[in-house]
This record gives sequence, structure tokens and C-alpha cells, in this order.
Amino acid sequence: MRENLHRFFRAARGAGVHVSPAESIDAMRAVSQVGFSDRTVLRDALLLTLAKSQDEKLALGDCFDLFFSQPEPRQDQPGTDDDASQEADPSPSSEAASEGGEGHPSEGLGPLAQMLLSQDRNALAAAIASASGAASLSDIRYSTQRGIFSSRILDAMGLQRLRDELDELTATNPALAERLRTALDALREAVRDTVAQGLALYAREETENLRNEILRNAPLARIERRHVAEMRALIRRIAQRLRERYSKPRKRQRRGHLDVRRTLRRNAAWGGIPFLTAWKRKHRDRPKIVAICDVSGSVAQVSDFFLLLIHSLHEVVDDVRSFAFSSHTIEVSEILEKKSPEEAMAEIMSKVGFGSSDYGSSLVDFEKDFMSTLTPQTTVIVLGDARSNNLDPRADILRRISERSKRLVWLNPEGRLAWGFGDSEMPRYATFCSVVRQCATAQQLERAVSDIVATYQ
Amino acid sequence: MAEQKPSTAIEAVESGLAAQGYIASRQIATAVYLSQQIEKPILVEGPAGVGKTELAKAIAAWRGKKMIRLQCYEGLDEAKALYEWKYAKQLLYTQILKDKLGEVLGGAKTLHDALAQLHDFGDVFFSKEFVEPRPLLQALEQPGGCVLLIDEIDKSDAEFESLLLEILSDFQVTIPELGTVSAITPPTVILTSNSERDLGDALKRRCLHLHIGFPEQRLEERIVESRVPGISQTLRRQMVGFIHEIRSLDLKKLPSVSETIDWARVLVLLQVSELDTEIVKDTLNVLLKYEADIEAATPQVTTFIAKAARSNVFG
Repeated sequence: MRENLHRFFRAARGAGVHVSPAESIDAMRAVSQVGFSDRTVLRDALLLTLAKSQDEKLALGDCFDLFFSQPEPRQDQPGTDDDASQEADPSPSSEAASEGGEGHPSEGLGPLAQMLLSQDRNALAAAIASASGAASLSDIRYSTQRGIFSSRILDAMGLQRLRDELDELTATNPALAERLRTALDALREAVRDTVAQGLALYAREETENLRNEILRNAPLARIERRHVAEMRALIRRIAQRLRERYSKPRKRQRRGHLDVRRTLRRNAAWGGIPFLTAWKRKHRDRPKIVAICDVSGSVAQVSDFFLLLIHSLHEVVDDVRSFAFSSHTIEVSEILEKKSPEEAMAEIMSKVGFGSSDYGSSLVDFEKDFMSTLTPQTTVIVLGDARSNNLDPRADILRRISERSKRLVWLNPEGRLAWGFGDSEMPRYATFCSVVRQCATAQQLERAVSDIVATYQ
Repeated sequence: MAEQKPSTAIEAVESGLAAQGYIASRQIATAVYLSQQIEKPILVEGPAGVGKTELAKAIAAWRGKKMIRLQCYEGLDEAKALYEWKYAKQLLYTQILKDKLGEVLGGAKTLHDALAQLHDFGDVFFSKEFVEPRPLLQALEQPGGCVLLIDEIDKSDAEFESLLLEILSDFQVTIPELGTVSAITPPTVILTSNSERDLGDALKRRCLHLHIGFPEQRLEERIVESRVPGISQTLRRQMVGFIHEIRSLDLKKLPSVSETIDWARVLVLLQVSELDTEIVKDTLNVLLKYEADIEAATPQVTTFIAKAARSNVFG
């Protein structure tokens, strides 16, 4: 049974539940208290010890149901399972065969054939389970491995012998051969299901990691539509990571010089002898961010993800104002706060999207209406490719924005090589920016935002 | 205890808590049973008013143990949670013992001798007598064990969490001047959280994680039955059904179990025998705590009552 639990832990990790060795030990202890007899109690016990949040509970609950759904004999007769997994490879189903083989017409056939003919479901399920143990199904990683694992399991169950017997029987006893063939098809199907379940249980972690790795480095602007939802999930995780890193106040770093006046006052009772010291605190600005995003066709997708990220950082940056433009500028903070990301983006696009970008007039709009949002504590982030269709870039406005704010960061989804070529005005804008960086992938986005937030720490 | 079948033991927990007026779901009972068996604290999360604090009280009453409560808030620190030196007493004693000290040190010729003699007395002023135990230390010092409730841990600072780690995993605290104090009998520790902020992984890892959500209709009816005995069965069904409908709305603060119980009491006080639109509208402020929520719910009242009544017929 311990083996089963270990496999369950692996499956749980695959389902995204963090199971550390210490937690698995706790779970083991809990399970040894409640036993395996009552499945709901077992489920509760595992959920209590392993899952650490409501989301994890849901995921783990599903995982538990999937894990314990098919192999029923495991619950009904735990004894058989233990025995079977011990003897494993050479003749995994000999015991099951001895149950169903007596007094059958098919004398002299292999154990697998006898089992198939006797239609003993429990024995078959147990044999599949032990054979999948022998074929180490829990090592399955990719969906392309399904075939090889299926055939490994079937081999472990004694398929070769069954084939030979089938060949013989077709000549001697065609009716029996026919029955056996149907049963074999059913068996193949059952094995295929087992492998599919195994894939769902054990392979998730690996594939997910791989996919995330690819997604993190994929250019945001050209992401496929079907990956958008996954990307959003990834961005949300990035936001969570940034929140964890930056939301905790760091007291010690903030301690400044000795505050003489407060120290004296506080120690008046002791005749001014400083028993208790009072310290000045270093002043730290609260993060204030003004984000100005290009939502014209070429960069809209990147802006979308960027806005999603910056607005999921409430605990760290509570003062964010966002503006979107393609040919003129509007404020979009409220839309983003109130609506779901999908709806918000659709609304923003319908308002200002779909135009050809005109950085000059958009900056004029910003200066006219929103210049007052900038304070000396504000970090201004401009996200755009700086391709202004050969219209006046109005870099002078950008200079004024830069002068009014703490920092001006320009994030450009295009590669450095393309800056300044064609209608790109990047070099002219860059002179007024504190930082200019490329921001094409989720990873670059994370680094950029992380750096911006870190300057306030 | 180990010989007992777990399922019966869990049922025993359930009935034991029920005797104290706390109707526990199966998950809750399992958590309480497990925490006792493997000696781990329970971290209870869930919306406000679903009976997180009440659970600790019920466990204490059921086991006949003392309950020690530590209410967390921002700025809570070691001195308020764990222990503090009784400064005033120390000062007073040094004053009183001045003469005695003079006698003791009288024989000393040099400063070195005096110091050496003083050392022989050990740390008189930093001994147990001068420690003011705060809730955490008190909990460890209870000879018969106790139920330690650390309420609303999410309200405290992140540093305080780290302070708790030692107590949660080993049931001991270390006081630099005195050494390590271990629990005489490990207390049953319950932590509650409203998920206002994410707790650290280290803390979560040391606890059983129990999430109490809004109860199912049947369970809630039983809770109301045990808490407000005077209420008739039909009314009970109707009001619980109504509240379940309310919870389907998108409100700022959904009514939880404590609101249900309050409402049941109000209805009994007003001698209501059946829900009708008027009475519900008049008492809606018991259930909903925001003006906007009341406004959102008011137009739906009639339909919800009808729905609740209909589910009654079949339920």
C-alpha cells in the first residue's frame, strides 16, 4: 500500500500540489491512523495533510478520484494487490489464474488466456495493475509514449504466449479462438485506458513544466490564440511570485539614523539616559506607476499581458494608472479594475484599438489631460514599438514627462536590432528614458516589472 | 485508542462536538481526530462567521480543557504573545534587596571578588519568578493540556509567523535567559485565518489545512436546530433555503452561519411562523451588512421565498 501512496504523491505533484518529503511523511502518518478501509475518510485525511489552499484541495480531490477510480480491486481486496506487486514480473497473473483456471474447458492454455476466458474482472484489473507496475507506468512522461507503455504492459501480462496459443487454436478450435480474440481486444482497450490514466496522473508535471518553459520564452506578440488562456495563467503566476517577493515589508532596511529628539523624550523618565532608543526611518516612496501602453495592432497582445500583470500586483503597487493609445490616449485603469481581463481588453480595443499608431498625437493627448498624474515619485512605463508611421514623434513631450517623474522606463517588444530602422523613433525617444529594454517574452516582462518594483524597496 | 476503528472514532468526535452545540461536518471531525492522533495543529480557513473560532471553543468544552486564546493583530510581538520580563518587579526587588546585597558583597575586598560572589548567585533576577507568561507560554505550562486558539493569524505580521514555527512543530519555546520550555502536555492548537494575506509555506506545512466553507442545506438546518431550539421545522427549512438562495447572489459579504443563527433568533423573537416578503425585507439587515447588498437583494426577496418554499415541498 505504501507503494501506492508514493505513486499518489507523485501524481499529486503532477496535479500542481506541492508535496514535500515532510508532508508526505505526515500524510503517511495520518493514513496509518485512518487506514484504507473508508475511502472518504482516506480522501479527507490526504486533503488535510497535503493540500495547503482551497485551489490545491480541489486539484488534489480530482487527482484522488482519478487515481482511485479505476483499480477497484485495490480497495476491495488489498491483499491481492500487495501480493501481485511483490511477485511482479515473471508470471504476474499466476495467482489470479489459479483462481479462475480450475475445471475450465481450456486446459493447457496460458494464465492470461484462462483469465480472459473466465471473464474474471477483478483478477484482470489486478493483473493490469501489477503489470503496469512492472512496466513502471509511473515513469510515463509524454503522450507519444502511450504505445510503448501499452505494449510493455501487455508483454508483462504474457501476450506473447497468448499469441502463440491463438495461432494454434485457430486451427484446432476456431470458436474458442474467436472468443479469445474478442476478449483480447477488450483487454487492449482496458490497457489503453490504464495508460491514458497514467499519463493524466504522472505526466502532467513534466509536460506542464516544458510547456511553461516554452511559453515563457515565446514572443508575446505572435502568440497563438489557443495559448492565450495559458499565457494569462502564466502571467498570473508571475504576478503571484512578484507579490510574494515584494509585498513583505522589510523593516530592518528602513532603519535610519538615531532620532535624538524622540530618544530624549522617550527616556525622560530615566533622566535622559537613553535606555530605549528611537530611530528615524528611511523614507521610502510608495510605488506609483503610470503605464502608457500602445494598443495598435502590432503590440496590442503584449500590452494586454503587461496590463494584466501590472494590475495583478495590488499588494505591491496599489497606485497604478493605465493609459492606452494608438492614435489618441484614454485612461483605462477603471475598465481594468472592474472587468475580467478578456472583457476589459475587448472594451479597450473597441475604444482606442485598431488605429494606426501615432505616438505624437497620443503624447499630446497625454500631456493635455493627464500630465497631473505624474509626481516626482512616479515611475512612468511606456510600452510600445515606437513606430509612429513617420509622423512627428514629439519627443519633447516625452522629455517633459521624464522631467516630471522619478523614472521613465520604455519597454519595446521589438528586438534591439530593429530600433531606429524604418519608421521606428526609438533612438530619439531613448535619450529621455532612464531605462530602455526589450520586452518580447513573458520572462523579459517579469524581469522588467520586477526591476521597476525593486527600485521602490 | 489505536485499537478503535478510525471511522467510529471520527463519529465519536462528531457526536462529542454535537453535544457542545457544534454540528461538525465529516471533514471537520476527521481533522480534529487526526490532529489529536498525529499531534499537529489545525489551520482553519474560511469566510468570516462559519464557526472557525467556535470550533476551538467546542473542542475545549468537549474535552473539558481550558481554552487559551491569542488574538492576532498587526504589531503583535514576542512580548505580548510569548513572555515578558516583569520589569517593575525586578526593579522593586533590587531596591528591596539592596541591603541584602550589601551584606553579601560586604566581605569582598576587591571588585573582582564582588563580581565573583555575585556570579555565584546566578541570574536571580532573570528566573522563572520574573517571567510574565503570555498566552503561548501559558498554553505550554498547562499541566493537563489545553486548547490554544491563535485567532486570525493572517492579521499578524510575517515575522510573528516565524515566531510560531517552533511552538507549532515541537510544542516548545526558547527563552534566551531560561532555556527551552517544552509543553507538559502538548496542547491542541487551532489557528484561524480569513485569508487576508497568504500565509508562509513554512507555517502551512506544519499544520493540517482545513477549509470550512458555507455548510450544505441539511447541515445548516441541523446547526440552526441545535443553536436555536425554539424554531419550528418548516420555518427552519424555509429560512435556510432562503439564505442559500441569497448566497447565489454576487454580494460584497455573503451571509454566513453566524448570520443565519442571528436571523433565526430574530425570527423566533418576532414570533414568525412562516416567511413572507414583508418580514424578510424588514429583517434583511440582520443578514446583510452592506447597504449596497441589501439594495441588490431586496428585489429578489419574493422569488427567493417562493423558491425556498418550493424546495421545501420536495426536500
